[in-house]
Amino acid sequence: MQRRNFVKATAVTIALAAAGFITQPAVAADTIKVGILHSLSGTMAISETALKETALMAIEEINAKGGVLGKKLEPVVVDPASNWPLFAEKARQLLTQDKVAVTFGCWTSVSRKSVNPVFKELNGLLFYPVQYEGEELEKNVFYTGAAPNQQAIPAVEYLMSKDGGSAKRWVLLGTDYVYPRTTNKILRAFLKSKGVAEADIMEEYTPFGHSDYQTIIAKIKKFAGEGKKTAVVSTINGDSNVPFYKELGNAGLKATDVPVVAFSVGEEELRGVDTKPLVGHLAAWNYFQSIKNPENDKFIKQYRDWAKKQKLPKADTVVTNDPMEATYIGIHMWKQAVEKAKSTDVDKVIAAMGGQTFKAPSGFTIKMDEKNHHLHRAVFIGEVKADGQFNVVWKTKGPVKAQPWSPFIAGNDKKKDEPEVAKAK
Amino acid sequence: MIPRIFLLLMLLLGCAAHAAPNPALVRQLAAEESDDKIAAIQKLALTAEPEALAVLQQLADGSLKDDKGEDISINNRVRRELEGALAVLKLIDPDPVVRFAAVKEIAGNVDAAMAPMLAKARDRETVPKIRALLVEIHAAATLKDPDPQVRIAAAKSLASSADPNTQAMLKAQSEPANETEVEVRRAAFQSYLAVKDRLTLAENIGRVFSGLSLGSILLLAALGLAITYGVMGVINMAHGELLMIGAYATYAMQGMFRSYFPDHLDWYLLAAVPVAFFAAAAVGVLLERTVIRWLYGRALETLLATWGLSLMLIQAARVIFGAQNVEVANPTWMSGGIEILPSIVLPLNRIVIVGFALFVLALVWALMNKTRLGMFVRAVTQNRAMAGCVGVPTGRIDTVAFALGAGIAGLGGVALSQIANVGPDMGQGYIVDSFMVVVLGGVGQLAGAVWAALGLGIVTKFIEAWSGAVIAKIVVLVFIIMFIQKRPQGLFALKGRFVES
Repeated sequence: MQRRNFVKATAVTIALAAAGFITQPAVAADTIKVGILHSLSGTMAISETALKETALMAIEEINAKGGVLGKKLEPVVVDPASNWPLFAEKARQLLTQDKVAVTFGCWTSVSRKSVNPVFKELNGLLFYPVQYEGEELEKNVFYTGAAPNQQAIPAVEYLMSKDGGSAKRWVLLGTDYVYPRTTNKILRAFLKSKGVAEADIMEEYTPFGHSDYQTIIAKIKKFAGEGKKTAVVSTINGDSNVPFYKELGNAGLKATDVPVVAFSVGEEELRGVDTKPLVGHLAAWNYFQSIKNPENDKFIKQYRDWAKKQKLPKADTVVTNDPMEATYIGIHMWKQAVEKAKSTDVDKVIAAMGGQTFKAPSGFTIKMDEKNHHLHRAVFIGEVKADGQFNVVWKTKGPVKAQPWSPFIAGNDKKKDEPEVAKAK
Repeated sequence: MIPRIFLLLMLLLGCAAHAAPNPALVRQLAAEESDDKIAAIQKLALTAEPEALAVLQQLADGSLKDDKGEDISINNRVRRELEGALAVLKLIDPDPVVRFAAVKEIAGNVDAAMAPMLAKARDRETVPKIRALLVEIHAAATLKDPDPQVRIAAAKSLASSADPNTQAMLKAQSEPANETEVEVRRAAFQSYLAVKDRLTLAENIGRVFSGLSLGSILLLAALGLAITYGVMGVINMAHGELLMIGAYATYAMQGMFRSYFPDHLDWYLLAAVPVAFFAAAAVGVLLERTVIRWLYGRALETLLATWGLSLMLIQAARVIFGAQNVEVANPTWMSGGIEILPSIVLPLNRIVIVGFALFVLALVWALMNKTRLGMFVRAVTQNRAMAGCVGVPTGRIDTVAFALGAGIAGLGGVALSQIANVGPDMGQGYIVDSFMVVVLGGVGQLAGAVWAALGLGIVTKFIEAWSGAVIAKIVVLVFIIMFIQKRPQGLFALKGRFVES
């Protein structure tokens, strides 16, 4: 009797398990999985957490309108914890275990470099939403942030102009990894082409998470005191920016004396800083929250409502910024491409991406280049205001085509402006 | 620049007319082009009417609105011009503080044409500090005077300056390409050397201070470890997390003051000191009672166990406070800095932290050397078995000492929250530094920890100035490894008889 019961129970259990096993893929087939690969802890969490929220918000928006190809999107969020090798592991997990159709993720170039081989090997699809140093063109990646000619070069040109303060001496300050090093290499070559002498350029690097900027500020002051007008170009990334700007404010280095232009500091990073001493310092981006147009009003409102609904910390003061906009554009363009290709197949989507357009919150209709996997974007330069927002002081007339291979690096003129496609086997 | 001179002249002659500012000019302030804005600013400043000044001040504060009711925005170039114009107008302000700020503003932007006006302002000035500065600015303005005698006098009186801009000016003046008179060149060069010496001195003072500041932070981080590691031989990998608890306690106090005592928000930090101490000490007691006491004498196991504990504490902080960094603001009395010389500003938050480190050090020293508890702790450190034999409750002393070490780490966390980011894994960055200090100083030695922390701080800052932050970290680490090879007991070794464990 007991034995028969046991057999029965086992049989039922197995049947149930089998049923569960079979139904699971059936459920999964009704949705399209979308990977979100952003650091939610560690030094980069300050910047990347908001991108996860933006991605989830955009996915919800798309789902509310019926999803993609009649299927709902299902976000899969992982936390690579600002740990570069972990990015590769998590990317592999997303592609092999969760079988995501597309991944939105990464901030630092070192994290992108660590996942690139994974996406290449498994033929995945990554949307990278942050401005970066260029020098890369992967078939499996779409770059929705700026290339150097869409951010760094215009910013330096602005500082050289009369309105920017006619800077003659340059401090290139950054966190010690691939993005600042490469950007500064490009900027150094660019400055030399404009006749700036070697002695008038100072280059300094600090480790990730560095929090003691006394020496650096003292050095900048000394360098700036040697005569000509000096400007600082900062490629400091992550939470080091908070102690850097605090020290800058405490040391009384004003923007009218030595302006600092930053490439990785936006509205989100300045939330943790008292911005009153920082008025006039600059940032260059392709989007600012302060830009006024109906799309942007809608975008800001959508994110504020989302923050309230999700009960994000300090939901009443959330801000939007450039990489968030780039994430938002990326998700919508991917949706359009999938609808055009009528499939989520990576190769078909890549083919359909070229030439997609989207009316972006920055006020322009943004186009994905037909060939080079980068967006055509307008460039804005903003000055920090006392309330932590940016006042746009300069902008391009319209969208600029990206040059992932900077003409200021030797040998780049021979490189093709489209990804190398592996030869058919 | 020319309008500013007329303006200054008019002010000094005291002939300011009263009338409402020209509306067309005010409207021009909202112009698209910076050149138009600057022209309007200069014309408005030229009238020297109080109403016009009020408008300019509003523009500088960002509260001036255009016809559509939107704030008029200005860029750095306009702001520089505006601040210059306002500074000249404020040169005759009755308030010496305003005058001093105005003079400082002008100092960065002197022009030869301003010399006669500056001379007048100088002669009117009664406050010695402002007068000295005006003398200097006047000299800087006359350095290009056509009369060589005036140039020599200017160069000579600039010898007392400590401004980096003056150094550059004098250097340029001492070169044959810019100056034809040998006498002027000689005077300029002598002054240049004097200014350069002063600036080098200032630079070194600045470096020593930043070294002291880094040293005091290292000391605060390591002092607690010196007690736990020194007394009990516990390699506490969770020490950094005790710092983190102190920092989060500060954050919590800030939040409490914001909601309950918003009028006294500036003093939340004082309230945070005891709260952080007891919060960290309580966690310390918990760790000691539940885990560490069972592992005494087994260094490797304690190391692994405390490492595990540190991960648990980090995760706990993530669950409670979220994975993102939290914002801990400097109270207003800790923002800004004291200007010692034009080239060095000592930030107030760092000065306060150096003082706080001294306070904690004095507290610990008194506790260890002047109280019965301190005597017991020292006895246990020196010879555990013998102390037990003469009746010292070694088990209880262990708990108390661990709690004390943890509490001091909590105090370190209060200090860190004022200069570094407060986040769940902030402690990880300090654990290596703390061990470096303790090992270098000599285990179980307070004095060793002090010298090691300050020494490491200053050495790091001097290497950083020469090679950058990345190399400095490497050099210091290599230096410590070499030193420990030569002298495993650290800078100071305990004297006396030991029981080898």
